[in-house]
Amino acid sequence: MYAFTYQRPTSLDDAMAMLGDGDAKLLAGGHTLLPTMKQRLAAPSALIDLGALRDQLSGVTEEAGGVTIGAMTRHGEVAEDPIVKRVIPALAAMASVVGDPAVRSRGTMGGSVANNDPAADYPAACLALGATIRTTKRQIAAADYFTGLFETALEAGEIITAIHFPKPEKAGYEKFRNPASRYAMVGVFVAKTAEGVRVTVTGAGANGVFRAQDFEQALAANFSADAIKAVKMSPDGLNSDIHADAVYRAHLIGVMARRALDKANI
Amino acid sequence: MSATGIGASVRRKEDFRFITGKGHYTDDINRPGQAYAYFVRSPHAHAKINRIDKAEAERAPGVVAIFTGEDIAADKIGGLICGWMIHSKDGSPMKAGPHPALAQGKVRYVGDHVAVVIAETYAQAREAGEQVNVDYDVLPAVVDTGSARSVGGEPVHEVAPDNTVFEWHLGNKPETEAAFARAAHVTKLDIVNNRLIPNAMEPRAAVGDYDDGADSFTLYTTSQNPHVARLVLSAFNGIAPENKLRVIAPDVGGGFGSKIFIYAEETVCVWAAKKVNRPVKWNSDRTEAFLSDAHGRDHVTHAELATDANGMMIGLRVHTTANLGAYLSTFSSSVPTYLYAPLLSGQYNIPAIYCEVDAVYTNTAPVDAYRGAGRPEATFVIERIVEVAARELGFDPAEFRRRNFVTSYPHQTPVIMCYDAGNYGASMDKALELIDYKGFPARKAEAQRRGRLRGIGFSAYIEACGIAPSAAVGSLGAGVGLWESAEVRVNPVGTVEVLTGSHSHGQGHETTFAQLVSERLGIPIDNVTIVHGDTDKVQMGMGTYGSRSGAVGMSAIVKALDKVEAKAKKVAGYVLEASPDDIEFKDGKFTVKGTDKEIDFASVALQAYVAHKFNGQDLEPGLKEGAFYDPTNFTFPAGVHICECEIDPDTGVTRIENWVAVDDFGIVINPMIVEGQVHGGIAQGVGQALLEGTVYNEDGQLLTASYMDYCMPRAYDFPSLKVETTETRCPSNPLGIKGCGEAGAIAAPPAVINAITDALGHENIAMPATPLKVWRAVQEVQPRMAAE
Amino acid sequence: MGSGETMLVAMTVNGKAVSRDVDPRTLLVQFLRDNLRLTGTHVGCDTSQCGACVVHIDGNAVKSCTILAVACESSAVTTIEGLAAGGTLHPMQEAFREHHGLQCGFCTPGMIMTAVDMVNRRGPDLDEHTIREDLEGNICRCTGYHNIVKAVAAGAQAMGETAFKQAAE
Repeated sequence: MYAFTYQRPTSLDDAMAMLGDGDAKLLAGGHTLLPTMKQRLAAPSALIDLGALRDQLSGVTEEAGGVTIGAMTRHGEVAEDPIVKRVIPALAAMASVVGDPAVRSRGTMGGSVANNDPAADYPAACLALGATIRTTKRQIAAADYFTGLFETALEAGEIITAIHFPKPEKAGYEKFRNPASRYAMVGVFVAKTAEGVRVTVTGAGANGVFRAQDFEQALAANFSADAIKAVKMSPDGLNSDIHADAVYRAHLIGVMARRALDKANI
Repeated sequence: MSATGIGASVRRKEDFRFITGKGHYTDDINRPGQAYAYFVRSPHAHAKINRIDKAEAERAPGVVAIFTGEDIAADKIGGLICGWMIHSKDGSPMKAGPHPALAQGKVRYVGDHVAVVIAETYAQAREAGEQVNVDYDVLPAVVDTGSARSVGGEPVHEVAPDNTVFEWHLGNKPETEAAFARAAHVTKLDIVNNRLIPNAMEPRAAVGDYDDGADSFTLYTTSQNPHVARLVLSAFNGIAPENKLRVIAPDVGGGFGSKIFIYAEETVCVWAAKKVNRPVKWNSDRTEAFLSDAHGRDHVTHAELATDANGMMIGLRVHTTANLGAYLSTFSSSVPTYLYAPLLSGQYNIPAIYCEVDAVYTNTAPVDAYRGAGRPEATFVIERIVEVAARELGFDPAEFRRRNFVTSYPHQTPVIMCYDAGNYGASMDKALELIDYKGFPARKAEAQRRGRLRGIGFSAYIEACGIAPSAAVGSLGAGVGLWESAEVRVNPVGTVEVLTGSHSHGQGHETTFAQLVSERLGIPIDNVTIVHGDTDKVQMGMGTYGSRSGAVGMSAIVKALDKVEAKAKKVAGYVLEASPDDIEFKDGKFTVKGTDKEIDFASVALQAYVAHKFNGQDLEPGLKEGAFYDPTNFTFPAGVHICECEIDPDTGVTRIENWVAVDDFGIVINPMIVEGQVHGGIAQGVGQALLEGTVYNEDGQLLTASYMDYCMPRAYDFPSLKVETTETRCPSNPLGIKGCGEAGAIAAPPAVINAITDALGHENIAMPATPLKVWRAVQEVQPRMAAE
Repeated sequence: MGSGETMLVAMTVNGKAVSRDVDPRTLLVQFLRDNLRLTGTHVGCDTSQCGACVVHIDGNAVKSCTILAVACESSAVTTIEGLAAGGTLHPMQEAFREHHGLQCGFCTPGMIMTAVDMVNRRGPDLDEHTIREDLEGNICRCTGYHNIVKAVAAGAQAMGETAFKQAAE
């Protein structure tokens, strides 16, 4: 790692003030940022550790029929939370397959969403469920939030405080893991919501999480795996690497979508 | 059988320190005043070094010294050696290019060692290392095994203008050609044996220490054979004479072959310790390990099997191109030659075999022995082609194997080996029963109803272990003999220390060797301590690899115990006032035949040291004996593994549903440990077959240089494994042991691929059979299957 | 505080209060190994996958290679060295020995710490499927996992019995 200064603010205001300096970065669970820094691929001048704000920024509340989850809530906490399990079981199930148990007991939802790793699971859930990302400055609709690989609508000095997920009528998530890294090679979140059907894909798109609109149209009238059996995903704009080319990823998106639908329809 | 003797599943004596975090691995060792080494490595696969500018780096905080190839050359430190001479068909010696511990003039693979930065902390060394400016002229890289000889351009080594290290062969060509001429059927198969990266969980590490008062060196290193390391560092690298160089391999966290070799890093650390007159420590990170540990396998093979009208094998011919990487690692040349072709006869009676092996240099990491070393490659060739032949000829694959099994011993194959004992049919019978072969069609049909493709695959492997008779390997080009040493030191209170040249890095020698001694001397196992891994304690040894420590290492202990018993009988004779010839030793007691006079082992030990009862002119005081054991033959563990798998045609994912292993390891000392060795071997073999693929791009960049891209086997990749044994005693060593360490890794890959191809309907598929590859194969075969 | 300066961190490790001045870059695993000389916690990779470094922070298994030491201020850390209470092996340690759940021993501390956490999270009745899934973040190269899975199941049962006995007392 390159050298940095370390700060541990005890209030959000302090944290925001510290973020203003240079290319400081926020440290939540650190499970994306620290590996990147260890590989010397990132060199922030300062780390602002939100650890002291954990009580303030974590926890789950039921709100407007959906759930609101504090940004510092850990994946394992989301997975086991009784409210999440009751209101949006697909979200709890998704959180239960993020990384491995040790990662889930440290990594946070807010960290994952702020980082927007193209192979992370949460972006697919946020986009599919029509989540609202709440920050120290404003509320951002998920549709406006994920802007590209590791890119988000967050502005300098802006900190995610919580994410609100409306309750879907039905939802399901299925992913095909990269055999080596175990990140999502293809992850598909399906949701039948008040806004309509959403099918979102992570891990596969060259530009990060995206909506599979052909699937959405096919599912609008019939929210079942059968409805998309004949729909072919185009490999255009999908990643190719040593583990999967775009054609295979395109195929897997269909398979994962159908399996996610089967889960949603249980 | 006693509770702690031969045949008992004694819980391991070494485990307490490991389960409590008290093991001492090399990276746990810290010497006062130590500095830290960071290696500047080549980012290019092939390049000329024009200039190394270290001025800026030398000014960086904490830097103690920076050395390059010039410094190594100035100190006349010899290059890394390859200890096995292979001659080509035309009699010419293999073309060994220079292998300096720090590059001199040229770099030949990504990760090649260019300079070492020594600093107060590891972070400082690394930061300074990034400021060492190297001016390279990048050359086109030679990467692909199959085309390395014809690619043109600048060769990897001047000495090998077409990148060919040797063109070697074994067997009888005219007889083999004649067999093919009269064959009723010829089965042909093209095979790639994928390159693997060993990945012992403990990365390599070294601490070099220099005592300027005594002008002596100590090297702590992650080695499977510290004595061989000392020999090479002394005699070939010129670090120091052996009496001035102590090599300690403490707890070592797995080796699988990758820690046999003498690498640049430990050579540089121990050399540099004197240069800076401080201990120098280096610890590999995982990416360095991927780049610089010797890799394994990497063969491209065409094989043909001739059968007669009765389905009997009559001839086998094989052509292999073996990629040895950028330099010849310590034992690299032996792996695709004498550890490979002599096993091509498998468990079968094949009267004529001819094998040609062309070894090539490429701009990739050196390739050397990895668990199984040559024998997995041979087993993959024979067990794949036998499976394909059985299918082509319409035989049940088990039946086809059985009708061609060797059934009488000794059996001389056409490729050097003389199998001394075995019963291949017995292992096959037991394996078929354990897997419920008769029930397979029903299981396949049931899987089909669930939309899954189920397949079953066999592997009837044989390996040559107990490496090796010194005269035999000497005649084949080995630079050393492969005997083993032991010393049994009996203390005056009757406790025993056994010094062995074998090295345990997971195999459990501290337990199994103690079982032997406990049973033989009739003393509690807790009274026996096994000492290994330190050249100042154990005088000489050859180390642990090639499943040799039981068959060779323990045989040396038996020889030393024979001597201890003989001397102890003399001591007992004096004490009991009887002729040593009348003394019997059993269950820890010496008795005078036909009398009730007896004395126990501890009392004899005491008497040996107090020496009051005998005349020192006739019998020396003390009870300590040493022995060297040189095996008379290889040993031939063999067995049958059966893999049953299911493929999800929608995703291409293959899951192993059942695994049966029936192995004949001869006499088993500790069944619990033996089973564990088989489990681990299977996991590595399954890893090769399904998960682990090493990928270099055309520029020679390693794309699989971390666990993000190199797929390691994990717990859910396996079902519960059924592991059993059959037993034919090995006639070639006193304990009847054959060895078990590599069997799983040798047996598993063809079992998996045979199962997958069975599930898919007889398609060839390359390892690793990743979901992507299997899915593509499914796309090809599904229309055909639907039509059938 | 500028780059390269050290800062004081205080935490409890295996029940003992410790504090050291460290470079903020210091990872928890480096703090344990280099500053406290607790070398039972190992480093097997650079990418948070192998699990050789798993320790418990405030009762939860975490990868100590992916946590800054300074971020553990005021935390309670348990390492493999702290698992055996008063010289008595933890039931999970016993189970690994009894079932030959280790060979070279390098991944073992992380495996055991992960296994204990698994029981803490899921209770003592663990089926094979669950154990294999929950070992996703721990890589072993020696054992083929077969005996690790057996050891975890047996250790979990033993932990349950121990807890039951303690509750009864």
